[in-house]
Amino acid sequence: MKVMNIVQAINDALDIKLKEDRSIIVYGEDVGVEGGVFRVTEDLQLKHGAGRIFDSPLAESGIVGTALGMAIAGLKPVVEMQFDGFVYPAMNQIISHVGRFRNRTRGKFTVPMVIRIPYGGGINALEHHSESPEAYFGHTPGLKVVIPSTPYDAKGLLIAAIEDPDPVIYLEPKRIYRAIKQEVPEEKYSIPIGKAKVLSSGEHITVVAYGAMIREVQKAMVKAKEQGISVELIDLRSIFPVDRDTIRQSVQKTGRILIVTEAAQSYGPAAEIISIVNEEAFLSLEAPPTRLTGFDTVIPLPLGEKHYMLSPERIFSEIKKVVSY
Amino acid sequence: MFDIQSLEKYKPIDNKMYQVMDNDGNVMLKDWKTALSDDQIVKAYKDLLFERTVDNMAVSYQRQGRMFTYPPNLGQEAIHIAAGQVIKEEDWLAPAFRELGVWLAKGVSLWEIFLYFKGNEDGSKFLKANRMLPVSVPIASQLVHAAGLGFAMKYNKEEAAVFGFVGDGGTSEGDFHEALNFAAVWDAPVVFVVQNNQFAISVPLKMQTRSINLAVKGLAYDVSSILVDGNDFFAMHDVLSFAREYVLKENRPFLIEAKTFRRGAHTTSDDPTRYRTKEEEEAWEAKDPALRLQKYLVNKGLWDPKDEAELVAQYKKQIDTEFEKAESYQEYKLDDVFGFMYETMPDELKRQKNMYENFLNMDSRFHGNDGKMDSRFHGNDGRMDTHSQGDNGISGGAK
Repeated sequence: MKVMNIVQAINDALDIKLKEDRSIIVYGEDVGVEGGVFRVTEDLQLKHGAGRIFDSPLAESGIVGTALGMAIAGLKPVVEMQFDGFVYPAMNQIISHVGRFRNRTRGKFTVPMVIRIPYGGGINALEHHSESPEAYFGHTPGLKVVIPSTPYDAKGLLIAAIEDPDPVIYLEPKRIYRAIKQEVPEEKYSIPIGKAKVLSSGEHITVVAYGAMIREVQKAMVKAKEQGISVELIDLRSIFPVDRDTIRQSVQKTGRILIVTEAAQSYGPAAEIISIVNEEAFLSLEAPPTRLTGFDTVIPLPLGEKHYMLSPERIFSEIKKVVSY
Repeated sequence: MFDIQSLEKYKPIDNKMYQVMDNDGNVMLKDWKTALSDDQIVKAYKDLLFERTVDNMAVSYQRQGRMFTYPPNLGQEAIHIAAGQVIKEEDWLAPAFRELGVWLAKGVSLWEIFLYFKGNEDGSKFLKANRMLPVSVPIASQLVHAAGLGFAMKYNKEEAAVFGFVGDGGTSEGDFHEALNFAAVWDAPVVFVVQNNQFAISVPLKMQTRSINLAVKGLAYDVSSILVDGNDFFAMHDVLSFAREYVLKENRPFLIEAKTFRRGAHTTSDDPTRYRTKEEEEAWEAKDPALRLQKYLVNKGLWDPKDEAELVAQYKKQIDTEFEKAESYQEYKLDDVFGFMYETMPDELKRQKNMYENFLNMDSRFHGNDGKMDSRFHGNDGRMDTHSQGDNGISGGAK
């Protein structure tokens, strides 16, 4: 075991896979010499060579589209979009080709690849550096979409993503890149994609969250506990496929659910989970399934961000509302 | 012959176009020789006739309602036949959607092409064709795939070139420029072929760009480029052969603008009379690639046009057989909708499929064998007729 933060855990997963499999290629903007603007790929070029870890021209459609070409030829590209708000030029490639090539060719050509994207707000950044685009990918057929919230999951999910026979969007909660340290096994392990994790078991309400919101919910839970509210916290971990069973079982037990996402509200992941609850556990409900999400506004620049980001206080207030319904 | 010195003679920046034959099939270049044997040239002409016959037949199948939208190739076949002769089995082909002759040369079966345009993804399996990507509808997006394939060939130390096709309109897309740039920066062996057929559906080239030609767009990326008469089989063959050798030897991409004219419609849903003049069409008819190659062969005593009608009749029979094969292809199954999205079907897709299957199996009285609702239970608007639903004991099973 070794103490790692999320950045180190991702780096470790890449290092292990690069050592093991020569078909893995890592590229993107600044991922080579600099090791990425967040240092996620630090030293990988030194260890594995500039032929495999390198800086590409600054063009996201080109990065994803060339990765698709490489994947067809049997390579395994792991590409980085530098920030959430920079992935949009690549959406045509992701939606029109990455998610469709297997189906279009009836399995003749498959495009296993990983697109890594640091995402989310709360880091006092410029515009386009704080977005939560997971709904776009979750809504796109043919993709898998995962989001770790701990160093342990970050390593295990990335290894699973790289070994997956289908393309995976791997969203990295950059706000907690270095905020959480944890003992992580040094050897290789993987976490199955599509499985949520019950982080704390509770009786009165189910809270579903993922990414950086997990930590905020956990802070709210301290207060809830003081008031005698027992929260069952589920880390969704996988936006698609989504883990219906874990959500159902939990809501059948608690009868109440709050979904917390930083992403904007309308047509977002929280809406999807509420639909699942309606389909799977309608008769167990004792309160309307509730969501606490970002506004349907642009995430504000840093001085206004405090209004948008979900604080533990707001989360606690919402938990109380649902529990006392 | 086209060689490295020819690149100096035909600079895109000077708007010089490489051309071998005039409109009457006479060789215009002094000391020009072809590497092709007489037999190969005759075969090229026959292949061109075949492509043209397929095209005619396809348009008529579509008109008969036996096939959906189809993009005709008429007028652009010299590019396809030349590329088909140059591209090797180990080479990759990233097509757009108007390169019929190249697909056939790559080993795609005609019935698969018909099946695809009849609306079945199985037509993109290309069972006998190696290293050919499916049709790419989002314009120019396939060219970045070609650049990635080029990287992979180099990475794997394979002696194989990549050919990426695009149209004139596609050169306005960002992916065209990103592809040229990535391939150049990565020293990737990719031949980019722009079929400049003068129109992007209805939009003429002059609305597309202020560049003096499209080949010139390669220069800024340090990609060697050439403007070629795309209606001249020999010019296309010379340049494509050179390009393949060049990208493999130099480890550099190469850009070809093949100047041609789409004599047919963009697709069978398009009406070119809305945006093209008769004079324009007639001017290009005089430069038709089939006519020029035929005249060349006749001049050399290698071809008798009298034989053509019989050959075309024979092709038509062959094409009909292929079309019937596509028509009698197995029914589109529900598994085909769900089964290829992922290697292992996620539970969510299984659930959705199950729900639909439950609906289909709900009550066999409401279904024909084909899985469609019995039309007797529908109003004209496609909704269930609630009056007749289930009350008259009709068995909709066998019809």
